[in-house]
Amino acid sequence: MELFLKIAAAGVMIMMLFFLWPAYKAWQENGPKAEKGDWQAAILPLAAVVGLVIVLIMLVR
Amino acid sequence: MANPKSFLSKQQEIPAARAGSVLETNKVLKNTYLLLAATLGFSAFTAMLSMALAMPSWVYLVSVIGAMLLGMFVLPRAAQSASGVGVIFLITGMLGFGLGSILSMYMALPNGPSIIATAFGGTAVIFLGLSGYALTSKRDFSFLGGFLFAGMMVAVVAMIANIFLNMPALALAVSAAIILLMSGFILFDTSRIKSGAETNYIMATYGIYLAIFNIFISLLQILGIMGDD
Repeated sequence: MELFLKIAAAGVMIMMLFFLWPAYKAWQENGPKAEKGDWQAAILPLAAVVGLVIVLIMLVR
Repeated sequence: MANPKSFLSKQQEIPAARAGSVLETNKVLKNTYLLLAATLGFSAFTAMLSMALAMPSWVYLVSVIGAMLLGMFVLPRAAQSASGVGVIFLITGMLGFGLGSILSMYMALPNGPSIIATAFGGTAVIFLGLSGYALTSKRDFSFLGGFLFAGMMVAVVAMIANIFLNMPALALAVSAAIILLMSGFILFDTSRIKSGAETNYIMATYGIYLAIFNIFISLLQILGIMGDD
């Protein structure tokens, strides 16, 4: 039962890759490009998320 | 009586088309958050139901497979009509039901309730913080699209490998990557609603719901592994 479910989950995830590929290509080719300071504005909150996760790990240890 | 518009300077005048688009964007944003709150509440209900029924852990995989199939094949078509609301409740209800079986497993751990509460609080802080940031920022985070979809493909390949390899270190790395990618998706999706690029509130809700769900599951996994249990 469990092996069958694992194979089914892997199958659905492979199917998901076929859905993600055209989305990736479309965004890569036609999506807006980053302007000056855009990456910095995105990395700042993501770094805060990393910091929060580290704090949460220390809380449960 | 003077025309109220005459009190506005030339720069303050709001073009009718832009005002209409701002109203439309606010409507999509409001509907998205209302539907998100309703679907999260419904998921919590189905998760409690699943815990009360003491569902085995394989129910999680069945629910995720069912929800992914509905999300890929049914929701994109149904989201164009009112039936999309029913489909999104079905998907989120299934995911909540599957989550219940995982939560039952964590509740059995010595510090399980504390791990669940910490993961819940952490997810809420991440979602509220990033949404607030994306809504108040003047930046448009749509440029993250290509990077996020590429990252998702790499993460999915690693997840497929780990279904069979069962390596805790890889599971930890994938969970950490998923938290970062989903955080990026919250910025990306919220920014797209704000800029008016996303006009379908059902699809917008689905995107943000999945980000919250994945952050919660990944945080549970990281805290479970790192919490000495």
